[in-house]
Amino acid sequence: MTDVTRETQAWQTRVRAIAQGIRRRVLEHTVAQNGGYLSQACSSAEILALLYGHLLHLGPSDGPPNPAPFPGVPGQHNPEHFNGGIYNGPRGPQLDRFILSPSHYALALYAALIEVGRLGEDGLTHFNQDGSSVEMIGAEHSPGIEVSGGSFGQALAQAAGIALARKLRSESGLVWVFMSDGEFQEGQSWETLMTTAFHKLDNLRVIVDVNGQQVDGRMAETMNIEPFAQKVDAFGWQVCPVDGHDVEALAAAAHSPTDRPLMVLAYTSPFRGIDIMQERGPKLHYIRFKDAAERQQYQDYLAAMQTEEEV
Amino acid sequence: MEVLTRVHEKNLVRWAADRPEVVVFSGDLTGSTEIQLFKDTYPDRFFSMGLTEQNMMSWAAGMAREGFTPFVHTFAVFMYRRALDQITISIAYPNLPVRMFGFLPGVTTPGGVTHQAIDDVAVLRGIPNMTILETGDATDVESVLDLTLAIPGPVYIRMIRGEIPRLFAADEPMQLGKARVLSQGDDIALLSTGICTEEAMRATQALQARGVGIQHLHVSTLKPFDDPLVVDAIAGARFGVITMENHTVVGGLASATSEVIARRGLGKKLIPIGLQDTFIHGASRPYLMREYGLDAPALVRTVEQLTRADLQIGEDDLAAVRLNPVHSAAKTEAL
Repeated sequence: MTDVTRETQAWQTRVRAIAQGIRRRVLEHTVAQNGGYLSQACSSAEILALLYGHLLHLGPSDGPPNPAPFPGVPGQHNPEHFNGGIYNGPRGPQLDRFILSPSHYALALYAALIEVGRLGEDGLTHFNQDGSSVEMIGAEHSPGIEVSGGSFGQALAQAAGIALARKLRSESGLVWVFMSDGEFQEGQSWETLMTTAFHKLDNLRVIVDVNGQQVDGRMAETMNIEPFAQKVDAFGWQVCPVDGHDVEALAAAAHSPTDRPLMVLAYTSPFRGIDIMQERGPKLHYIRFKDAAERQQYQDYLAAMQTEEEV
Repeated sequence: MEVLTRVHEKNLVRWAADRPEVVVFSGDLTGSTEIQLFKDTYPDRFFSMGLTEQNMMSWAAGMAREGFTPFVHTFAVFMYRRALDQITISIAYPNLPVRMFGFLPGVTTPGGVTHQAIDDVAVLRGIPNMTILETGDATDVESVLDLTLAIPGPVYIRMIRGEIPRLFAADEPMQLGKARVLSQGDDIALLSTGICTEEAMRATQALQARGVGIQHLHVSTLKPFDDPLVVDAIAGARFGVITMENHTVVGGLASATSEVIARRGLGKKLIPIGLQDTFIHGASRPYLMREYGLDAPALVRTVEQLTRADLQIGEDDLAAVRLNPVHSAAKTEAL
């Protein structure tokens, strides 16, 4: 085995381990809280793991391992307010920025932050508790979250503004955005694809979790957006559809040389790694257990995952 | 009366010369919002966003996060109606210094219901962190940009354009949270905003000549609305209060003034001049002001209603009024 191969395997192994950790941690909280955004963790685990474990060039976290309580809303008279972006480290011309758009992926993101040491093991102690900044649907004071993206389609345009500002300052760092496929039912998303291509924001890179799911069920039956790649291409972006659970394919796509804004369409499964969720389809947006028996079923599944990880 | 043209266009270029953080976004209305000269002078700081208002507002928020000061220009309706969620979540929640220039307030456009911003103050006043300013003459337009320097959060400015009068002395700039006192008297408190102030001034001269004492304030800061001059004027008005705005009487100046009266327990009657909870249609500004009762004769009728007097003021009396730039009485008093 050459050194290069060993190094390559090292990041792949590490990223896969982070992905597995994301699924396990989100399942733990879903079982403990009797509900949660579990399918999103299953579909996005490799994407978030790759971002935090391999792709993003970030400095060390500036946030406390155990997040501070909610500091009050931003405003002229609240100097206490802080931004969740501190968990992505300091800003610097060469450093990347990460913007999470669909804020209901917050728990998966928090889990990723713990896996890479940006958040302490106890960082989720106050998750979804009153007065905590570690909110269920994250906002810009929540760990790792820089803009409030919960109203879909807005975070990409805000990231575009950040990317333009960085271009004007000739900064080399990239602006990475994580999105979900449902957001492309919003008109604003397409406005932003058009304008970012027009203004040639080649420092803007988006990875979309194309899990084909939305609140009402399968997107294909709720509001179809396919053929997705052709549409994005037609709007002037470089687009790379890949298997969103294949970390090598994801990494290769994310590193595609381009002089245009780049979008990786990561096609994923909403029950990847926790296949018992298939029984609950087609509505997988928020998993709330039907009864004690179902909760026990997921508890047993979690126990098996934990045993497997220990082995 | 001096009439000036394209005041914002020239002023912005001068004002932004030594402020490299100022960038201008256009929603395909570059000539119509008086930013063509900025585009020609500072092409690297001008960004064409086409007809993507939602996108434009969020994009401006992103740039503001990076230390730039985006000046977003389009017609008011396309901002506060079309992109309200973006203004609220992308800009207002994080309290970002985005400056929104809302053109064509109320009756200032013949463009009809789609173009007339009749409820922008009502809609935006409810958003936390938002500051709302309104311009009424050339001096206001020339000085409003300076006011924004002291405001760390978002500012929405109701802008007037094209040929505009100079009603206020050029050396008396608009002040944040402080009305201009245009006449003094203790019968009626008259609060006017924007283009209604010019109409009000036509009537107040005739009214004063008939012995009606009018404490006339030109209000340019609509939010926050805590000016002690306004409170004092209301408290001292024998017959009551009249508000006069180029906007629906629901949610704007009339509502803000009613809140002051109620919260301070001032116990005064208020009659609002403005669009009486109605849409309007496409027609000339003089026609609309007459038809919907936003003009000088409307103010005379309202004063008569409030004072229960027949003041015998005819159209000829109002037409004979000549307006000259006035110095704020408040300043004289302060001296």
